[in-house]
Amino acid sequence: MNHAITANNLTKRFGDFTAVTAISFEVGKGEIFGFLGANGAGKTTAMRMLTGLSRPTEGEATVAGFDVYREPEQIKRRIGYMSQKFSLYEDMKVRENIRFYGGIYGLPRKQVRQETDRLIEELGMSEFANSLVSGIPLGWRQKLAFSIAILHRPAIVFLDEPTGGVDPVTRRQFWEMIYKTASEGTTVFVTTHYMDEAEYCSRVSIMVEGRIAALDTPQAMKASFGVETMNEVFLGLTRPGGD
Amino acid sequence: MIQTENLKKSYGTTPALRGIHLQVQPGELFGLIGPDGAGKTTLIRILATLLLADEGSAQLDHKDVVADYRTIRRSIGYMPGRFSLYQDLTVEENLTFFATIFGTTIEENYELIRDIYVQLEPFKNRRAGKLSGGMKQKLALCCALIHKPTVLLLDEPTTGVDPVSRQEFWEMLKRLKAKNITILVSTPYMDEASLCDRVALMQDGAILQVDEPENIVNSYEKPLLAVKAANIYKLIQDLRQFEPAHTVFPFGEYVHLSLKSVVWPELIHGYLLDKGHTDIEIRQATPTIEDIFMEKSQL
Repeated sequence: MNHAITANNLTKRFGDFTAVTAISFEVGKGEIFGFLGANGAGKTTAMRMLTGLSRPTEGEATVAGFDVYREPEQIKRRIGYMSQKFSLYEDMKVRENIRFYGGIYGLPRKQVRQETDRLIEELGMSEFANSLVSGIPLGWRQKLAFSIAILHRPAIVFLDEPTGGVDPVTRRQFWEMIYKTASEGTTVFVTTHYMDEAEYCSRVSIMVEGRIAALDTPQAMKASFGVETMNEVFLGLTRPGGD
Repeated sequence: MIQTENLKKSYGTTPALRGIHLQVQPGELFGLIGPDGAGKTTLIRILATLLLADEGSAQLDHKDVVADYRTIRRSIGYMPGRFSLYQDLTVEENLTFFATIFGTTIEENYELIRDIYVQLEPFKNRRAGKLSGGMKQKLALCCALIHKPTVLLLDEPTTGVDPVSRQEFWEMLKRLKAKNITILVSTPYMDEASLCDRVALMQDGAILQVDEPENIVNSYEKPLLAVKAANIYKLIQDLRQFEPAHTVFPFGEYVHLSLKSVVWPELIHGYLLDKGHTDIEIRQATPTIEDIFMEKSQL
């Protein structure tokens, strides 16, 4: 297996509406792949197909070497997922959340105990270990959610707008965690509305109305549009002839 | 137009506002910039007469938010952070509903919302719940404007919205400002600060700084460099070990390195070469609002 993700003409239709139109791309192992697009461009639908939650209408895709049609359960075991909206159980304690997800991922009890202690130590969260998640600051919550999403050492972690509303320092600490994870070999697939974050990615794809309108390194994209920032690239693609 | 003195509010033992002093001039487009949990929503809800402060006072157009709440409610337009229109009413029904409540009609104040409403008109018979995010936001703004308020209070109107819709929304705000409406808008997106006349940077229930965005950026005092190398993650780690480094943060494709005092770029270049870095690039960086925010919030 050379690629963490491959997609070939992957398509999803809901009745008459085509949410994702024949998208093709490959994501390399250990890559940080930015998946951008306007609201309603089809990002969530594409991500749901890749995480085995939604069956494609047409096309092929493999994730961690497994087929999205035939082997969605194998895929689910090898990926991590985190979103801004849903990540942790707020009415459970920090420690309980870690233990709960460890159990869901099928880690042995002993390992769960060790991982729980290691995580709390690494994140510097001992003072919150027995607090309800609802009571800890948002920045800590997001860092915890990310750590839990990679608790079972998945081949690929999907992050859906992980940093929304987070303060600038925490947002950067969060990206350092992403760099670290990628440098250890986990592939990172991430969506964001922060265009400066697009530049932290090895490569970026931009979806417009269900299609991939551009796919390249941020540097190459900026060069081909002759602009200074990813924000300008994004506006140029999603609002052609804009303003 | 908006004035607060020492506003304090706690939820249980958690302080949300720790004594806010704020003055917004008539016709100003004023931004409350800060992450979740900074106290933006609490402040806006107190100004919208929807929440009582524990201490301190606030006035809108010289009317007190507690004593004169009825008068204030007639003259403000409020857009809450969460979409709060009637999902099972159509676009037009929602707008008519809000107009009627304020004893007016769509026709009477159409002029004010025309620019925004023309984009919604093709969907006027669609239920609000079925609109896209950008359209919902435009409808909410129309409903907040339909009674011709003198002050607009907008709580995170662009959160979770893509960059294109965000830009369109700010263009709408500029046109409203031109019609002499005072606008107080909160946002967690620091880059939006530059679109405001003045901003207050907020963190943990307190205001870190109030000024024009340009002055805020110019107030950055430390030498700031943008550094790049092939391996960004290692670059960050190594720069943190660099003795003259004050802070090291990733910023787009570069890393912003602030220094305790001026250091020749050649020295940094040599240090990075010794650490085995390749494709090294070092240049002066222009501070952004985020640089300022991070500097101030870590004091």
